[in-house]
Amino acid sequence: MSSWYLVAPIAVPMTTAVLCILLSTRRDLQRIVSATGAGMHLVAGLLLMAQVWQGGILAAQMGQWPAPFGITLVADHLSAVMVLITGIMGFGVGLYSLRDVDDNRERNGFHPLYHVLLTGVTGSFITGDLFNLYVWFEVMLIASFALLALGSEKVQLDGAIKYAAINLVSTVMFLIAVAVLYGMTGTLNMADLAVRVPQVEQRGMMTTVAVMFMIAFGIKSAVFPLFFWLPASYHTPAVAVSAIFAGLLTKVGVYALVRTFTLIFTDDVGYTHDALLVVAGLTMLTGVLGAAAQNEIRRILSFHIISQIGYMIMGLALYTPLGLIGAVFYLVHHIIVKTNLFLVAGVAKRLTGSMDLKKIGGLYKSSPLLAVLFLIPALSLAGIPPLSGFWAKFVLIRASLEIESWAIAAVAILVGLLTMFSMTKIWGEAFWKPHPDGDDRSLSIGDLTVGERVLLVGPIVVFAALTVAIGLWTQPFLDLATRASGELLNPAGYIDAVLGARP
Amino acid sequence: METLVAFTVGVMAAGSVYLLLSHNLVRVLFGLILLSNAANFVIFAAGGMSEGLPPLIGRGDYVLEAPYSNPLPQALILTAIVISFGLLAFALVLVYRGYQELGTVDSDRMRLAEPPHPDQDIPEPEEPDRMHVRDASRRVENVGGPES
Repeated sequence: MSSWYLVAPIAVPMTTAVLCILLSTRRDLQRIVSATGAGMHLVAGLLLMAQVWQGGILAAQMGQWPAPFGITLVADHLSAVMVLITGIMGFGVGLYSLRDVDDNRERNGFHPLYHVLLTGVTGSFITGDLFNLYVWFEVMLIASFALLALGSEKVQLDGAIKYAAINLVSTVMFLIAVAVLYGMTGTLNMADLAVRVPQVEQRGMMTTVAVMFMIAFGIKSAVFPLFFWLPASYHTPAVAVSAIFAGLLTKVGVYALVRTFTLIFTDDVGYTHDALLVVAGLTMLTGVLGAAAQNEIRRILSFHIISQIGYMIMGLALYTPLGLIGAVFYLVHHIIVKTNLFLVAGVAKRLTGSMDLKKIGGLYKSSPLLAVLFLIPALSLAGIPPLSGFWAKFVLIRASLEIESWAIAAVAILVGLLTMFSMTKIWGEAFWKPHPDGDDRSLSIGDLTVGERVLLVGPIVVFAALTVAIGLWTQPFLDLATRASGELLNPAGYIDAVLGARP
Repeated sequence: METLVAFTVGVMAAGSVYLLLSHNLVRVLFGLILLSNAANFVIFAAGGMSEGLPPLIGRGDYVLEAPYSNPLPQALILTAIVISFGLLAFALVLVYRGYQELGTVDSDRMRLAEPPHPDQDIPEPEEPDRMHVRDASRRVENVGGPES
């Protein structure tokens, strides 16, 4: 019975994708199925979260093959919360896409691809097998390629080619690393790897493999100096697509880094995690400085994804209980906030006609509600109390001060300030200054149709409310992050759950 | 046997890196194909190689009797081949569509998503004929710089 909690979050979007393909001639029905499927995915995530919260780590062996021979699905608190947040974002952006994605893109298969993407993301979070993780990465990747190119605008093809090329290199890197690790240990099950990797005698070779994983996942999660594909592509597709990419895709890379570098490669921490700390600092700085040079909302936000990834890697690299609490908390907070900012950018484009800061303005006057809805995630991103971002940064900086890593703490605070600078830039240009084409050029939210108001602005309001809620009622979320961090630092529970689990 | 495969992988990887560094996207594609095949060889070698030992269960047996070769790497390679076939087929079509729309396969001249700075000059391709840069610069300018 318990295995259904693990299978459902993968099976639901997969089934939805298949139904959407079957219904490709009945577009009205397809939209209903797509939205319902996204909602059921959220429910499956909620059930899994509730189950893990009550009963601890869940594991199930697929096809009745006992671990480590078969493929294991595992959900600890980190996996469960990531699946849940994927469900929330998938549902919110799914609704948004009903009004945002145009006819042409919908006809060419937006809905099936969207659910395949969600399948890949969820699968990556739940799997307990390294090769299976590779397969889920590819599922996610092929869907993201197609979504990125969907619509075939020139600028999209340009972005998609660069995105595809570098990501293909990263997956091959991942595959080679998996192969070498398999050659050295004879297993692919992550829990079994955690047991066997310390017994391998060639320590130097193991560190090399660890660095290969670091590079492969580093490209996925867009860390310095491997991030150049992200700002080249994320601003090109439909808004709903770039919002879900911004929220989830790089975070799968971060999740994979957290998983492998707390479970498998924990023996040469002095080398690997110190390298990660340097990478984290540089990622934060380059991302935020890159953003300062941009003038288009989505490009600014894309660079901010990079700098925020740095914070999560910082939490992992500190490798203390508080550091990992911060990393998990930051992951959840960032996914909500960043997706929301992209959604706001989409509405701003609808109201003013562009995302180029030089061509728009006057939004504060014409639609103060949107201004508030932008301000909440923007301030949260910069880390202003009492929003979720403040607590995320607070925990991380405190964790770094505790082990006297002064430099990284200083960088984290500085980057917070520079983030504020970028957000005030968007605020000043898009909201405060008058529209260059005259005052009445900016529409208000009231000018949208009722359907647009519900489906475009609704998810933004809910996500903004979530940000505020996490900021004001931090304790439950902090408890969750504490449990997740405890499990990550003591993998014994995870290993027992997998290897001791009866089929 | 392992030594031979190791050298083959080395040569393939070196060749693919050379191709990947090209700004001609067709070469980049070839580089990716070569690299993914090199990865398959790595799996094969890492899984342990043996000659003439089929991973088959004998008549009347229920488990594999030693000596046998490890069947798992072959399954992994098969999966990897199928996946990379799909991805590379998509990448090929993507580059072709890019060529149709942008008129070039030179990645340096694909500057729509990230328009070049006004005072930045993009070097002319060394072998324009081989990259089929049919009046690409003009096309790119037309769409890329509405404000410039």
